[in-house]
Amino acid sequence: MGLVMPNPGTIIWMIIIFAIVLFLLKKFAWKPILNALKEREQSIANALNSAEEAKKEVAGLKADNEKIIAEARREKDAILKEAKELKDKIVAEAKEKAAQEAQKTIDEARQQIDAEKTAAINTIKKQVAELSVMIAEKVIRKELAEKGEQEKMVDGLIDDIKLN
Amino acid sequence: MLKLSKSYVITVAFLLFSFSALFAQHTNEEEHAQASESHAATSHQEAFSAGDFVIDHVSDSYDWHITSWGETHISIPLPIILYSKHPELHDGKAFHVFMSSKFHHGHDAYKGFKISQSEEFKGKIVELDANGHEIGKPIDVSITKAIAGVLASVVILFWLLFSMARSAKRNKGRAPRGVQNLLEPIILFIRDEVAKPAIGEHKYEKFMPFLLTLFFFILINNFMGLIPIVPFGANVTGNISVTMVLALFTFFVTTINGNKHYWKEIYNPDVPWWLKFPIPLMPIVELSGVITKPFVLMVRLFANMMAGHLIVMVFISLIFVFGSLFGPAVGLGASPVSIVFSVFILLLDVLVSFIQAYVFTLLSALYFGMATSDHH
Repeated sequence: MGLVMPNPGTIIWMIIIFAIVLFLLKKFAWKPILNALKEREQSIANALNSAEEAKKEVAGLKADNEKIIAEARREKDAILKEAKELKDKIVAEAKEKAAQEAQKTIDEARQQIDAEKTAAINTIKKQVAELSVMIAEKVIRKELAEKGEQEKMVDGLIDDIKLN
Repeated sequence: MLKLSKSYVITVAFLLFSFSALFAQHTNEEEHAQASESHAATSHQEAFSAGDFVIDHVSDSYDWHITSWGETHISIPLPIILYSKHPELHDGKAFHVFMSSKFHHGHDAYKGFKISQSEEFKGKIVELDANGHEIGKPIDVSITKAIAGVLASVVILFWLLFSMARSAKRNKGRAPRGVQNLLEPIILFIRDEVAKPAIGEHKYEKFMPFLLTLFFFILINNFMGLIPIVPFGANVTGNISVTMVLALFTFFVTTINGNKHYWKEIYNPDVPWWLKFPIPLMPIVELSGVITKPFVLMVRLFANMMAGHLIVMVFISLIFVFGSLFGPAVGLGASPVSIVFSVFILLLDVLVSFIQAYVFTLLSALYFGMATSDHH
């Protein structure tokens, strides 16, 4: 029976001891320990959250970057295309203009040549005429040096007139 | 999956334990028989009484016995504190404080007090009248072995937890270090696996200090009881007064925190009216439940720890039983078997120490949860 009968003295001491232990541990051990645990859990949770957010942010940045890069690429392509078109246009225009210019030059040259040629021919004609007159003068002078000849010629001329 | 394996371990441990407890009882009875036989056979010398040996080692006592060598008893004296109802028998003083060594290990009377050997008051301090007859017990608040054991483990408890609290304060927001690493998983286990599910996410915090104190107090005392070296080895949690106080604390915390819903469930549960009137059958059942809950807590811890100590002592005493029955050589031969069994039971007791501390805490938490729950 001794083993299963509670002993009042032991009970009293136990109540006192356990109450003191409970009080002291609650105040000086559990409070800081549980607080520290909670705080750490919170800080870990916060850290994880902010890491998650940072990850999201980075992902957003990446998406943004990609968008920007894509846009830049598109813009570059557009600019290149435009430039090419412009170049082509300029080249084409230049070619056309050059061709026109050349044509114009050629035409002008031709006109000039024609004019020169006409002038030259005129000059030659004039000189030929002069020369012919000169020659004719000389010939006539020589031919008409004799009397007989002059008469003969006048006769010839008169004949011609008759024919007409 | 984890839950499943946990409950499986607990079940197996319980089965093992109930089996070993039965076995112990059986062995104990046998030994009583054997001891009395041997007493008859070898009446010329003081026979080894296994029953007394075992009971002496697991019961509370007024001094802390370490060893006996022949007729010399070596023990640590503990303070005896008595309040007598008959001061005229003790030099006119009612209040007495002296060391247990004054009794010379229960052989002598001192100032009219004596450790009784009689059937009625066996092992307790009694008052003697002028003729040396026992007239009854004084009010006895002595620091017994169990209380001394409690004090020793409280010192260890304080040392452990205060150093942890110190490092927790120092390492605020950083990784745990040292003793923190040892205790934090246990604290987290109590918080996340015991308090939160049993009491609820919103109310558990209020009960955490009590539950943690309860758990660590029981655990430390269970362990200290397993170490057979002074100042450990006192059968603290196998002492019914100790477990009774622990259960009473749980009872009071439950009762104080019981809300309207809890009391309504007890005095006016939702059952057909004829179960409440004219005979308040259900209220009686519910009220008895309020009492049986802490009672079961008390008995479970006490019986488990007591049984563990008993079995170990029984296996040890087997050596001496064989020794006194068949001679020292047989006793020596039996000792390896006894030691192997004792070691096995001690290891089992380590497991049981954890389980009982856990079960006591878990059930306390469940009762708190019941007392504070808002709805079904």
